[in-house]
Amino acid sequence: MAFLNFLKKDFSKRWQLYLMLLLPVSHAVIFKYIPMYGITLAFKDFSLRDTMFGGAWVGVKYFRQFLGAPMFWSLLKNTFAITFYSLLAGFPLPIIFALALNEMRSRRVVKTMQTITYAPYFISTVVMVGIILQVLHMRVGMVNNLLDLLGFERIDFMGKVGYFRHIYVWSGVWQSMGFSAVIYIAALAGVDPGLVEASVIDGASRLRKIWHVFLPSIQPTILIQLIFAIGGLMSLGFDKIWLMQNSVVLPVSEVISTFVYKRGLEQRQYSYATAVDLFNAAVNFALLAVANFSSRKIGGASLW
Amino acid sequence: MVNSGMSDRILMFFIYVSMCLIFAMIALPVLFIVASSFSSVDAVTSGRVYFWPVEFSLQGYEVALQSPSITRSFLMSVFYTAAGTAISVGLTLLAAYPLSRRDLGIRSAVMVFFTVTMFISGGMIPTYLLVRGLRLTDSVWAILLPGALSVWNMILARTYMLTSIPPELFESASIDGCSDWRYFVSVVLPLSVPIIAVIVLYYAVSRWNAFFDAMIYLNDRSLYPFQLVLRSILVQSSGGDFDLSLSEQMNKAALKNLLQYSMIVISTAPILALYPVVQKYFIKGIMVGSLKG
Repeated sequence: MAFLNFLKKDFSKRWQLYLMLLLPVSHAVIFKYIPMYGITLAFKDFSLRDTMFGGAWVGVKYFRQFLGAPMFWSLLKNTFAITFYSLLAGFPLPIIFALALNEMRSRRVVKTMQTITYAPYFISTVVMVGIILQVLHMRVGMVNNLLDLLGFERIDFMGKVGYFRHIYVWSGVWQSMGFSAVIYIAALAGVDPGLVEASVIDGASRLRKIWHVFLPSIQPTILIQLIFAIGGLMSLGFDKIWLMQNSVVLPVSEVISTFVYKRGLEQRQYSYATAVDLFNAAVNFALLAVANFSSRKIGGASLW
Repeated sequence: MVNSGMSDRILMFFIYVSMCLIFAMIALPVLFIVASSFSSVDAVTSGRVYFWPVEFSLQGYEVALQSPSITRSFLMSVFYTAAGTAISVGLTLLAAYPLSRRDLGIRSAVMVFFTVTMFISGGMIPTYLLVRGLRLTDSVWAILLPGALSVWNMILARTYMLTSIPPELFESASIDGCSDWRYFVSVVLPLSVPIIAVIVLYYAVSRWNAFFDAMIYLNDRSLYPFQLVLRSILVQSSGGDFDLSLSEQMNKAALKNLLQYSMIVISTAPILALYPVVQKYFIKGIMVGSLKG
C-alpha cells in the first residue's frame, strides 16, 4: 500500500515524465522481455505451428541432446579457440599502440595515425569479408600478386583449414585496433602531468616512464576492458564468421552462434536451438562473473 | 643519463618503424582495392594490379550503376538508415531524459528494468518467433522496430544529461512555471546537442551496416537493404537472383572481380565522406562512455 501511495504521489507530480517513458518502456517489454519469456522454449517441445507460448514441457531433454551430440566438443573448441586467440592478439596490441602513440611528439603524425587506424572500424562486416576475400584471392588478390612477383607460389588462403583462424583473428585486429586504442588514448591523456614531470626530473628513461607511470595510470581501464573481453570469451559474433564460412573450412569455423542459426532458423528446430543458445549464454555469464570477481580481488576494479 | 638517452633513441626508432608498418598494413589493401576498381578487366584477371590502376577503366562502376537491384537496395538502405535512426534516437531521448531527473521517484526501478536487458536476452529464436508472431515479417517494420533501442546509447545520453546540465536550471525554470515537457524541449535538447550527434552517428552507422535482420525477416527482394545485395555479390560471388542483368554480368567470370572491387568502393565511399565528422564525434562519445565506466 505504501508503495502504491508513493507511486500515486510521484505520478501526480511527474506525470509528463511517466508519459515520456511509456514509449521506450513498452518497446522494451515487447521486444526484450517477451523474448526473454521465450527462453522457456528450451524446456518445451515446440511444434512449428505453436506461438512462443505453446508446446508441452519436456524438461532438460534438449540440453541432454546437445551435451551428448557428437559435434558438442568441436563446437566448444572452435568457439573457444577463435575467441581466445582473438583476445590474445587483439587485447594487448591496442594498449601497446596507444602507449607508443603517446610517446610521439608531432601532433600531426599522431592525428594522422589515429585517423588512419580508426577508419577500418566503420567498414561493414559484409564489406570487410569482401575485402578479405579480394585481398587474399588466389588468382587476382594483392597478397598473391605480390608473392607471384617475388617468385613464390600462389597460396589458396580461403581453401585451407589451417589458415582460417589466423585470417579471422588478424583481419579483426586490422579492423578494430585503432578503435580499441581510443579508450586507452583517452585514459593516457588524463595522466597527471606532475607525475610525468617528476619521473623526468628523476632521470627516468622513456621505457621506465611507460612502465612506472603510464601503464599503472591506465591499469583500471585495462582491467575493465579485460573483464568485458573475458566475459565475451564464449560469445562469438555471428556475422563475420558466418560470412567467412565455406564448405572446406567448416570443420574449424562452425561455432555455437552459427550452429544456433542453422539448427534454429534454417532447420526450424526451435527448441533445440534455443537450448543451445541458452547454454551458451549461461557459460558467458559465468565467465563474466568469474572475471569480475578475480579482477576485484586482484586489481580493485570491477563492474559490480 | 647517457645510457637512458641511448635507450630512448632505440625505443623511438622502434616506435617510428612500427608506425610506418601499421600505416602500410592499413593503406596498402585499401590502395589495392581502389586501384583495381579503376583498372581494366584484363589487368585485374591476369593479376597485374598492385597499387595503381592498370589500363584505366570505369567498366565496373558502369555495370554497378546499370543494375536496378543495386540502385534500389542502395535507396532502401538510405531509407532504413534515416527512418531507423530517427526512431532510435527518439526512443533513446524519451528514456534518457526522465531517467536523468533526480526528482523522479521510480527512476532507479526503471533504470534496473532497462539494464537487465543488457545482460539477459531472449536470443535469436524467441526474437524471431516474436517478430513472426506480430506479423511484421516482410515489412519495413521488421527492420525498423526490433533493435530500435540500444540501452547502451540510452545510458550514454543519460550520463551526459546528468553530468553536464546543472539541476539548478530546472529549479529556476519550474519556479517560472515551466512544465517537464517544455523543459525537455527548450532546455535539455538544445544543451544535449553534442551527445545527440554522437548517438545519431552510432545508430546511423550500425543501421547502414546491418544485414542480419533483413536476411531473416525479408523474403520480398524489393525490400532488401544494400548490405544483402553486397553480400551476394562480394561473399557468395553471384548476382543472386536479384535481376537478370546483374546475374548475367556476374556470370562472366572475367567481370566478376572487377565488379566486386567497384562495389567495395561504392559501399564505403559514403561513410568515408562523412568520416571526418564521424570521427570527431565518435571519440567524444567514447570519452563520455569512459567517464561513466
